[in-house]
Amino acid sequence: MDQTLIFWTIAGMAVVTYLPRLLPTLFLSGRTLRPIIVAWLRLVPPAVLAAMLVPSLLVREEQFNLGHDNLFLWAALFAFAVAWKWKSLSATVMVGMGLVALGRYLGWGM
Amino acid sequence: MDETTKPVVAALAKGVRRAMPIVLGYVPIGFAYGVLAGKSGISDANTLLMSLIVFAGSSQFIAVGLFASGTGPAAVILTTFVVNLRHMLMAASLAPFLSGWKKRHLAWFSYELTDETFALHSASAATLSECRLEALSLNMTAQASWVAGTLLGIVASGLIGDVKPLGLDYALAAMFIGLLVGQCENRVRVITAILSGGIATLLYLAGWHQFHIIVATVAGATLGLMVEQWIKR
Repeated sequence: MDQTLIFWTIAGMAVVTYLPRLLPTLFLSGRTLRPIIVAWLRLVPPAVLAAMLVPSLLVREEQFNLGHDNLFLWAALFAFAVAWKWKSLSATVMVGMGLVALGRYLGWGM
Repeated sequence: MDETTKPVVAALAKGVRRAMPIVLGYVPIGFAYGVLAGKSGISDANTLLMSLIVFAGSSQFIAVGLFASGTGPAAVILTTFVVNLRHMLMAASLAPFLSGWKKRHLAWFSYELTDETFALHSASAATLSECRLEALSLNMTAQASWVAGTLLGIVASGLIGDVKPLGLDYALAAMFIGLLVGQCENRVRVITAILSGGIATLLYLAGWHQFHIIVATVAGATLGLMVEQWIKR
């Protein structure tokens, strides 16, 4: 692909990423929102993280997969345990990546 | 050091220190992004530029995949918009705590608002309005580590044949797991995550490959709120 075209695409990505980050802080800063809105907004982070995570664990190569060859799912169970026990982001990332690498090395799955 | 610079340095240092868990996550993930981008035929300069001016991990990974499959600019930009629209909800949830900040500081702060920096800021949101320097320092440290990881990845992409044996393609999912567990401090939040994750999976299987995130987020948070209100009664 043409690198100039990629450059302008990245510039476009930057604009559409920045505006949603910026506008609420400019227009809502210091305002008191209704408690029900605050309660809803506080549930957004767990919701968005789960929405990005769960399909990547359960759907592999466009197929719903709970099988033993789905290393992403099995590594996730250990990663969840590590995250819950040690509260460490880096330990979670290292254990997750390490288990997937190990599983592939031993030929257990994808 | 005189008496006026001391608190400034202390605030900057505290921001750097608080960012360390993010740094430990961002360097390997930025590295994975740098390697994958290099493998997909994106130039070194463009790979680095994306980490500098977009700075949104998951959409950077998604964009690399789309570039590699020859997707056009409009579709890449629209996808990025949808995937990153969640930051609007995050910015809105922090906004009430940013009272008294100058416009230029808000502009700077929100430029580096990611899932991870949001998670940390949101955990100590009550002190955000007094801790401006610390918050900005935390954000800058996070982005610096993301850029450093990207640079390492660009260098390494010529040396690594395939990312899969190293598990680098799992970096993003593992990071989401760590962040999600940090967010699940009560029952309602766990229920919200399960609902949102389930809905996202169903939508994805139904063929919604970009909009499933934002739709499942709104649905999951709304259903979670209904559960919360129902429990309170």
